[in-house]
Amino acid sequence: MATEPILELRDVHTSYGKIKALKGISLSVYPGEIVSIIGANGAGKSTTLMSICGIIPLTQGEIHYNGKAIHGRPPDLLPPLGLCQVPEGRRIFPRLKVEDNLEMGAFFRKDKAEIQKDMEHVFSLFPVLKDRRHQNGGNLSGGEQQMLAIGRALMGRPKLLLLDEPSLGLAPLIVQQIFDIINEINVENGTTILLVEQNANLALQTAQRGYVLETGRIIMEDDAHTLLNNPEIRKAYLGES
Amino acid sequence: MSMIPASKKILKYYFIGLLWLLGLLWPLLGIHADGTLSFGKAFTVWFYIFAVTVVFVIGAVLNKQGLLTWISQPAGNLRAKLTALNATIPQWVWLVFVAVLAFIFPLVTGRYQQDVAINVLVYICLGLGLNIVIGLAGMLDLGYIAFYGVGAYTYAILSVNYQFSFWLSLPLAAGTAALAGCIIGYPTLRMRGDYLAIVTLGFGEIVRIILNNWMQLTNGPNGILGVNAPGIYFFSFADGFSIEHLYLKKLHYLYYVILLLCIFTIFAVRRLNVSRIGRSWEAIREDETAAELMGVNTYMLKLLAYAMGALFAGLAGAFFAARMRFVSPESFTFLESATVLAMVVLGGMGSIPGVILGALALIVLPEIFREFEMYRMLCLGGAMVLIMVFKPGGFIPAKRMGRRSEESEG
Repeated sequence: MATEPILELRDVHTSYGKIKALKGISLSVYPGEIVSIIGANGAGKSTTLMSICGIIPLTQGEIHYNGKAIHGRPPDLLPPLGLCQVPEGRRIFPRLKVEDNLEMGAFFRKDKAEIQKDMEHVFSLFPVLKDRRHQNGGNLSGGEQQMLAIGRALMGRPKLLLLDEPSLGLAPLIVQQIFDIINEINVENGTTILLVEQNANLALQTAQRGYVLETGRIIMEDDAHTLLNNPEIRKAYLGES
Repeated sequence: MSMIPASKKILKYYFIGLLWLLGLLWPLLGIHADGTLSFGKAFTVWFYIFAVTVVFVIGAVLNKQGLLTWISQPAGNLRAKLTALNATIPQWVWLVFVAVLAFIFPLVTGRYQQDVAINVLVYICLGLGLNIVIGLAGMLDLGYIAFYGVGAYTYAILSVNYQFSFWLSLPLAAGTAALAGCIIGYPTLRMRGDYLAIVTLGFGEIVRIILNNWMQLTNGPNGILGVNAPGIYFFSFADGFSIEHLYLKKLHYLYYVILLLCIFTIFAVRRLNVSRIGRSWEAIREDETAAELMGVNTYMLKLLAYAMGALFAGLAGAFFAARMRFVSPESFTFLESATVLAMVVLGGMGSIPGVILGALALIVLPEIFREFEMYRMLCLGGAMVLIMVFKPGGFIPAKRMGRRSEESEG
């Protein structure tokens, strides 16, 4: 890894009131790779992503994106830099049409023709969305909503895509479909992906590297393959005895 | 046979409801100020209500058991035919029809009707403005009428102290109201949901109290007298050629002025509705954090929504001052805020025709039922409850706004 990391967290601390959520997270993501963060409920996975996007302020530490410090910047300035997030629980706009949801993803862009082209690209990735383009986002099924959320983030032409639990509450078949597309986005568009997952097995199979988060700290970091074969990880996160 | 338990359930709840009503009615009608108790009146009123509602309940039960298909089926067919017929008529025909009707209205009606119509149009402007804040951006604003007051006082002060004309003051009043919106919005818009509602309620009262107490500027509770009516210049060929000035004091002239303002408001709000800004307001309403993640500067856009809503209230306020030719703080109480809010909610949040219909209903119906003035608030409350139960989206729900996902699952 000779290249500069696209995203680097250095000793990041955050807290909700008096409760400390992150107690010194340091991680780096290099251009073009898929990195997974796995961990149990309440380990601080989503908090990490929300801190990167500036929604939760840091109490200590630094976040660098493309060599520039981005901590303390207002969150709305990050998507134009190519840093987009698919938040946990999808959080699409339920009473906006599928099309309008996608257009919101390109909110900061003004190049109409290119936006149209990107929308066609999203429709080619997720043909279901094209059939339902005039329906309200809230009327879609869970899997379709996840596709819409990913499509919406892609409309911002991300260089680094943060994905928060894309498998949440979905049937195994749909989950597989979604992870195939995540791989496709990584390979075809060259988008770097930081993936947060509870489904450790799937996450580590998709990713090249992984971090294990426990109660606000990173306790392990390694190649995804090595982590997958680590007996402790298999015991704690893959349910093997 | 499976229908029978369902109707039994209806009857059960119906009788529980009737008993509850009796329990509520008797203390109101039966306990007198001198300490005596009576039962006759409460039971008579209760019996009337019972007699009327039992007819509806029987109808509902029969309908549920499928015994009324001989009526409901032709009625449904008729309705389907009418909607099909309506679909064949293009929308602009309706628009032209309404526009012509609005234009010839003062020519065929008297003073009283024109007065009511002016009221309706003022409230349509207010409702559409509030609709931006509530329907699009999803912020509950309980002090909206303050901006109406700011607009009205701006024109009143400019007119009485500085002899500004109405048309020059109109943008100034709108600007002052929008500025007031920014000043009030700046500290409050960091709040979300219920907290925002309470804070806006407080600010609405603060504005009214300032108007009431700043004697030097607003003349306090006495109000400001002698505000000028709108004027126009026109060419006169009576003796030679000259330009003459006329104050539009007559009611039907004022009707046309507010009609013009109202049409302007409708066009402006419609433009905003379909614009990029309108869409981002809706995104903020749906999920503020998600909107922020999309690169929306939620704070600035919320402030913009607030200022835009205030702007239209300021326009309406300036007209109000010009029409009454007098302003006082009494016109800008919380009750007015609540009325405008009720129009927006009843008509359908986010929908322009809905808000127009809501304003029409809430101004015209109380005029028609003037004999029942004592029960006006009771009827209004009852109507609100019924509409929220049977048509939660309002009379005409916004097209772009479907049902929430959790609603459709339930």
